[in-house]
Amino acid sequence: MIYFELFWSFLQVGMFSIGGGYAAMPLIQSQVVTRHGWLTMNEFTDLITIAEMTPGPIAVNSATFVGIRIAGFAGATVATFGCILPSCFIVSLLAFIYYRYKKLSALQSVLASLRPAVVALIAAAGLSILQTVAFGGSAAALENVNWLGLGLFAAAFLLLRKWKWNPILVMCLCGVSFLVLNLLGNLLLPH
Amino acid sequence: METIGGKKNLPKLFFSTLYISAFTFGGGFVIITFMKRKFVDELHWIDEDEMLDLTALAQSSPGAIAVNAAILVGWRVAGFPGMIIAVLGTIIPPMLILSIISFFYTAFAANPYVALVLKGMQAGVAAVILDVVCGLGGKVIQQRRPVYLIVMVCAFIATFFLEINVIYIILAAAAIGILLEVWNRKKGERK
Repeated sequence: MIYFELFWSFLQVGMFSIGGGYAAMPLIQSQVVTRHGWLTMNEFTDLITIAEMTPGPIAVNSATFVGIRIAGFAGATVATFGCILPSCFIVSLLAFIYYRYKKLSALQSVLASLRPAVVALIAAAGLSILQTVAFGGSAAALENVNWLGLGLFAAAFLLLRKWKWNPILVMCLCGVSFLVLNLLGNLLLPH
Repeated sequence: METIGGKKNLPKLFFSTLYISAFTFGGGFVIITFMKRKFVDELHWIDEDEMLDLTALAQSSPGAIAVNAAILVGWRVAGFPGMIIAVLGTIIPPMLILSIISFFYTAFAANPYVALVLKGMQAGVAAVILDVVCGLGGKVIQQRRPVYLIVMVCAFIATFFLEINVIYIILAAAAIGILLEVWNRKKGERK
């Protein structure tokens, strides 16, 4: 039964991927390409590209994409349900423990040292994105710098920090300005 | 577990998660910074330390970070119905978008204009994340506790330069918290 197979495969993806998107990728590949042959390796690569280009977690994106191609919208629904079900149980249990025992001094102390580490993790995630913006995929050398991207970053940072603009608005403006400026650049400075 | 306001916040919770999820490109930490801006800075439903704790929990549980974070925020805001609503809000946008894209995905992935807009949006995303990091990191520095500063710097080096798995970093930070607690208790006994 295809619905059950989809559900079961993505349940395993949801259950065993710890650490977010990139941790889930090899698991998805083994289920979808190697074990079931639902996608070819080429289609899987396309899927990863699309998943990175669109909002949402890679696991949910993959579940929808594979589900819909194999068994229509119902397939997408059962696959997505499978991939979030383990989280719903495990994270709810953790939430219960956290709010129940948060006031214990031992847990307080653990959480107090976790917080600066989490700040560092978020900083690293932000800097890696900035690195991609500045250098694309190429080596970190001065001649490879994408000055337009870097300039947009600086402008966006200023708007957020100093004038507290809405982050989603800032992000969309960056996307549109980058497109417009690139098109203008191509018009004015033909290669 | 106490919730904030209960059922009357459900519509706002649903539309907030829907909106954040629809516009959040990139990995789990991106969505967490947007959630922080919305639920901590704007709606004041959750305090800043708690949001960092929830981030650590979401990151160390199996499954997509965005879904895990939604589960935690949902429970906090409106209990079990809140959890269901927040998860739905988080998965509906990627499901819809991927369903549509799955029909013409090669054209989408190869379109140069789409690529330019997305590239520009990356600059905006980097700015949003680093703006939030400046706020959070500033608070860690203001605490004037060298231990936490060292944890933050070490965690950053470990993840950004050494590319150590995030799970180990979280475990190490938790272990430091336990050691600090043991040490403080011993000091207390001596007095």
